Amino acid sequence: MKNLKLSLLVTAGILAATANVATAEDVEVLHWWTSGGEAAALNVLKEDLESQDIGWQDMPVAGGGGTQAMTVLRARVTSGNPPTAVQMLGFDITDWAQEGALADLNILAGMEGWDDVVPEALQKFSKYDGKWVAAPVNVHSTNWVWANKAVLDELGIAPPQTWDEFVAALEKVKASGKTAIAHGGQAWQDATIFDAVVMSTGGPEFYKKAFIDLDPEALGSDTMKESFDRMSVIRSYVDDNFSGRDWNLATAMVINGDAAFQMMGDWAKGEFLNAGKAPDQDFLCFRFPGTQDQVTFNADQFAMFAQGPEVGKEQAALATAILSPKFQSAFNVVKGSVPARTDVPNDAFDACGKKGMADLAKAAGSGNLYGSMAHGHANPAAVKNAMYDVITAHFNGEYDSATAVEELVNAVEIAQ
Amino acid sequence: MAQASSDTAVRTGSATRFIIYTVLIVFCLYYLLPLYVMVVNSLKPLDEIRGGGMLSLPEVWTLAPWGSAWSTAQIGVEATGLKPYFLNSIIMVVPAVAISTLLGALNGYVLTKWRFRGDTIVFGLMLFGCFIPFQMVLIPMARMLGLMGLAGTVPGLIFVHLVYGIGFSTLYFRNYYAQFPTELVRAAMIDGAGFFRIFQRIMLPSSGPIAVVCIIWQFTNIWNDFLFGASFSDFSSQPMTVALNNLVQSSTGVKEYNVHFAGAIMAALPTLLVYVVAGRFFVRGLMAGSVKG
Amino acid sequence: MAQPASVGRRSGDWLRDALPKLVLSPSLAIVLIFVYGFIFFTFYLSFTDSRILPSYGLVGFENYDKLFRLRAWGIAVDNLIIFGGLYIVICCALGLALAILLDQKIRSEGFIRTIYLYPMALSFIVTGTAWKWFLDPGIGLEAVVHSWGWESFTFDWIKNRDMAIYTIVIAAVWQTSGFVMAMFLAGLRGIDNEVLKAAQIDGASNWALYRRIVIPQLRPAFMSAFVVLAHMAIKSYDLVIALTNGGPGRATELPATFMYSYTFTRNQMGIGAASAVIMLMTIAAIIVPYLWSELREKK
Repeated sequence: MKNLKLSLLVTAGILAATANVATAEDVEVLHWWTSGGEAAALNVLKEDLESQDIGWQDMPVAGGGGTQAMTVLRARVTSGNPPTAVQMLGFDITDWAQEGALADLNILAGMEGWDDVVPEALQKFSKYDGKWVAAPVNVHSTNWVWANKAVLDELGIAPPQTWDEFVAALEKVKASGKTAIAHGGQAWQDATIFDAVVMSTGGPEFYKKAFIDLDPEALGSDTMKESFDRMSVIRSYVDDNFSGRDWNLATAMVINGDAAFQMMGDWAKGEFLNAGKAPDQDFLCFRFPGTQDQVTFNADQFAMFAQGPEVGKEQAALATAILSPKFQSAFNVVKGSVPARTDVPNDAFDACGKKGMADLAKAAGSGNLYGSMAHGHANPAAVKNAMYDVITAHFNGEYDSATAVEELVNAVEIAQ
Repeated sequence: MAQASSDTAVRTGSATRFIIYTVLIVFCLYYLLPLYVMVVNSLKPLDEIRGGGMLSLPEVWTLAPWGSAWSTAQIGVEATGLKPYFLNSIIMVVPAVAISTLLGALNGYVLTKWRFRGDTIVFGLMLFGCFIPFQMVLIPMARMLGLMGLAGTVPGLIFVHLVYGIGFSTLYFRNYYAQFPTELVRAAMIDGAGFFRIFQRIMLPSSGPIAVVCIIWQFTNIWNDFLFGASFSDFSSQPMTVALNNLVQSSTGVKEYNVHFAGAIMAALPTLLVYVVAGRFFVRGLMAGSVKG
Repeated sequence: MAQPASVGRRSGDWLRDALPKLVLSPSLAIVLIFVYGFIFFTFYLSFTDSRILPSYGLVGFENYDKLFRLRAWGIAVDNLIIFGGLYIVICCALGLALAILLDQKIRSEGFIRTIYLYPMALSFIVTGTAWKWFLDPGIGLEAVVHSWGWESFTFDWIKNRDMAIYTIVIAAVWQTSGFVMAMFLAGLRGIDNEVLKAAQIDGASNWALYRRIVIPQLRPAFMSAFVVLAHMAIKSYDLVIALTNGGPGRATELPATFMYSYTFTRNQMGIGAASAVIMLMTIAAIIVPYLWSELREKK
C-alpha cells in the first residue's frame, strides 16, 4: 500500500514537471527564407529557442518575394489555425494589425528598450496604433549600384556621383561593346530602379509626396515625367534579353564581366561573395548617383499572431531572440542586409556591410531614411502593384513618359 | 485485343514510311528537350552553368547536386533535403487516389446501372465542378476545413483532393460502365444479388482498364498540386511540391541551379514512373472507356 | 425517362431502392457545398468591400466597375481567347496527326508513346526553369543556334510583348498534346478496320480514307479532348507564373493569374471575386450547352 501511494506521488510529481515544461510551447514559424545561406542563418534563431526548451516548427513557403506565404497565411488564419509567428513586410503588418490579429509586444519592447535602438522610419511598420506588433530582423537598402571593378578600371570609370556622370559612364561601357546595365525585367526589379531614379531626380521631399503621401499633384508632375524619361535612358543601356530574367542571373553578368553595373538591393552581395569575389577588390558597391545621403529600405519582421489576451511566453522569447544583437549580427552578415538596430557592432561585416550600416545610421539620424516603394514600404499592396503596372509598361515601351505619368495618377486612384 | 489487328494502318510506300519515322523522331526530340535540359544541368557543377552553354554536356560530371537535393539542401531552416517531404506526399496521395477512384467507381455504377429521375442532372452538376478555378475556393475551403477540425492536417488535404477529384473520376467510370452490358446486372439481380454484391462481383473485376486511367489522372494531379498543398498543410504535412518550390523559388537567396534541377527531377520521379509503367495500359484504358460515347 | 434497373421488383424493401441514391448522396452533397456553395460565396464577395480578408459591407457594382476599367483585365481576357483557342486547336491537330502516324504499325510504338505522354506527368514547378532557359534568347535556343553558326536566327518571342503569349502556347501544347494523342490513338484502335480494308479495296486514297471514314468516327474522342483541354486552358496558372510571371509588362496575364493577383497579392479581394464571377459565367456559357447536348443524346 505504502509503495503504491509513493509511486502515485512520484507519478504526480513527474506529471506536474512535464506540465511545466509544456507551458513553454513550440513556435510554428511561417517564412520564405527557404534555401541556401539565409535559411541556414535562420537556424541561429532556432537553436537559440531550443536552448530555452522551445521547439521550432518550421513552415517555409517560398515564392514571389513572400506573396505566396501571405496567401498561405490567409488560408491559415481563415481556418482558425494561424502560425505562431510570421515573417512579414511593411504594409502587410499594418493590414493584419488592423484586423486585430497581432499580439501586443509593448511590455517586452519597453523592457528591452526597442524604441531607442530601432530607427524611427522602421518603427512606423513595427508598431500599429502605438503598440509594437512585430520584431524587425533586418534592413535591406535598395538604392545600391553593384559594379564590376575590373570593367570599370579597364575603361577608366570612377564610381559616378551624379546622374550626368552616370550616363557618361554608361555610354563609355556601351561603346566598349559590353552591356552597361545588367537588369532583369520583372516588375519588382523595374520598380527597384524607379525608386532610386525618383529619389535622385526629385529628392527625398518629392519621393515622400509621390510615393508615401500619394499626392496626385506630385504623381502627375513634370518631375515625375523627368523620372520616366530617365527610365527610358536606363532602358537604352540594358541589353535586349532583359525581360523576365531573374535578378541573380543579372548579377552573374556583372560577376562575369559581361556587364558593368546592376541596380539591386543588398541581397545581390551574396551572389558576388558566393562566386568568390571580394568587395572593393573585385566588385564595388555604391549608392545610386544622386542618392548618396538617402537610404530606401525594406525590412523583414516577424509578427506574432495573438493566441490570447497576452503575448505567449514562447512568442516573447522569439521576439527577444530576434532583436538580440548576436542574432542581428550573425543573420545579417549572411543575408547581406544590415541589422535593424543601430547599436550592433560592425566587426563581423565586410566593407559593403560596414558602409551599409554607416549609411543607415546616418540616414536615420538626418531623416533621410525612406521606405522603398518597390518593396512595399511606401504604400499598400494595391497601390504598389498599380504603380508596378505603369512602371513596367513604360519600361517595356508600351507607354511614353507623358502617358505613363497620366496612367500613374489613374492607376493610383483606382487602387485606393 | 492484339495490336496488329487493331490498328488502322494504311498501305504506305517505303518513302512515306521514312517520312513518318522522321516526323515521329523529331517530335520525340521536342518532347524530350526540357527533360534533357534538366538532366544535363543537374549533372554539372554550378560554375559551368554560370558560364553558359545550357544545352552542352557537362565537362565535369558530378552527382553532388543529386545528393544535395535529396538529403542536405536547405529547405527552410533545416538542411534536410527533399527526403522527408517525399513521405508526406506519399501519405497524402495514396489514400486520396484510392478513395477517389473507389468513389468514382461507385458513382459511375449508380449513374449507369441504377438510374433514377434526374441522374443526368446530378452528373452534369458533378462534371461542371471540374471547371471551377482552384484559386477561387481557397478562402472558403480554409474556413470549412477549420469548422471540420481538419485545418493543417493530412486528412484535410486528402479531403480537399477528394472533393475536386469527384468530377473527373465519376466521368471516367460513368462512360466506361455505360458500355457495360446491363443484361448482366439484370441477371445478377434476378439471382438475388444486392447492390454491393453486384458492384463487387461483376463491375469491379472488369474495371481494370478504366481504373488505370483514373489512377494515373488522379495521381498526377494530386502529386503535382501546389496551391492546396501549400495552403492547407502545416509544418508537419507539407508535401513534396511545396518543398521543391521552397528549394527553387527562394527570392533573395543564392540560386544553385544544378541542385534545383536535380530536385525537380526527383520530385517528378513518382509520376514519371507511373506513366512509364502504367502507360501501356493507359491507351487501352482510354480505348475501353472515356473516348467512346 | 430512364428506367431504373430495379423497376418491377417487389416494393417495400425501401433500403434496397434507396441504397444507390444513398451511395451517391455524399458525393452530391460535397459537390453542392464545395462547388456551388463556394460559387455563391464568391458571387456574394464580389459585391462587398473585401480587401485582405472577406468582409461583408455591400458596395453594389463598384468592383465590377473597377474591373472593367482595368486595362489588365481586358488583356487577360484577350489572352485567354488567343491562348485557349490556339491551345485547343493545336493540341487536337497535333494529337490527331501523331496518333495517325503512330498507328501505322510503327516499331517500338510503346516507347515513342511513352515519350509523347510523359510531359503530362510533370508540373510546371518542375519544368518551368528549363522552359524559361530554353526560350530565353540569351542562353536558350537562339544562343545555341547562333553558336552553330546561323547568326541571323532569332527566337526571342518570350521577350516580345506581342509574341510572348505564343510561347505559353508552345509550352502548354508540349505538356498536353501527347495526352490528346493517346485519346485519339485509343479512338483509332476502336475503329473496325474491316471497313477500312473494304474501302481500300474500292480504291480510296489514304487521304480520303481518313477524311471520310476515320476522322468522323473519332467524334467522341474529340469531345473528350475538348473537355480536358478547355478545363486546362481555363485553369492555366502555374504555366504562366513559371514562364513569364505575366510579363513582359503584363502581356501574358490570363484571367486565372489576374484573379489570383487581385485576391491575394494586391489585397483587393472584391475585384478578384468579381473577376472570378465573370470567369465562371464565361465557362458556364461554353460548357453548359456542351454538357447539355452530350448528356441528352445519350438517353
